[in-house]
Amino acid sequence: MRDSMFWFWHLMAAIVILIVLSIHFGVMHLEGILQMFGIMSAGDVRSYAEVLVRAKTVAYLVIYLLLMWFALYHGFYGLRSIIVEMSDKMSKAGEIVVGWSIFLFGLGLAIYGSYVIIAGFVLANA
Amino acid sequence: MKTVSLEKRTLPHRLGIGGWAYGGRYGLERYLFILHRIAGLSILLYFILHIFITGQKINGKQAWDAVMGSVGGTWFYIGEYLLFVAVAFHAMNGIRLILSEFGWILGKPKRPIYPYQSANMRIRVFTWIMMILAVIIMAVGGFDFFLMH
Repeated sequence: MRDSMFWFWHLMAAIVILIVLSIHFGVMHLEGILQMFGIMSAGDVRSYAEVLVRAKTVAYLVIYLLLMWFALYHGFYGLRSIIVEMSDKMSKAGEIVVGWSIFLFGLGLAIYGSYVIIAGFVLANA
Repeated sequence: MKTVSLEKRTLPHRLGIGGWAYGGRYGLERYLFILHRIAGLSILLYFILHIFITGQKINGKQAWDAVMGSVGGTWFYIGEYLLFVAVAFHAMNGIRLILSEFGWILGKPKRPIYPYQSANMRIRVFTWIMMILAVIIMAVGGFDFFLMH
């Protein structure tokens, strides 16, 4: 894939993150205000019981998977861009090694994170 | 016809990371670019840790309570708010960058009539609007973080 396409998906990923992260941040960090307006029920959002309540729903399964995949892509593509920009003396081969190393590290995190999210969904519904 | 590769026409990046600190004549938008990168890298570092920490939920209540206990101090709470601030800034500045990248806020091209005005200056108002929005989100977050708990 051409670099311009990676860049285009970097921007598209940002739009997806903006939507799903707003939901995640609203629930996890603005819960006091949301509870005040009756949008959320009162309770400690970080308690294990509440974590399982969220993990149980298909909506959260989708939100968490989308957030993780797009955030990993967006973050690691950004990191790669910075590293490549800062190392202009790097050979083309070096650039490829950096790109693949970051890709494999991100892929490993995506696989582990997906496993955790799906296992949490199965556990909560057991 | 002789072709010149883009790589050969690119000037060497002599300033390194130190070059990030000074925006020179590029002004406000250049400093926002630097902050955007610092915020982005900080969020990425947190996000990697976040995946492993929240991954403890599949090991049962005891493991979850133990890991939440280890990241539950005052300093961590302040750090969490700083992350909220970084995300609010990165998101609002990111919206500006995306709208600018696709040309939606740049307006129609104009003839260069003196006194010249750069594209940056034409959309400076929008830049300030996005920064004000970021500050409002940070303030609302601060209210929830520190006054409602």
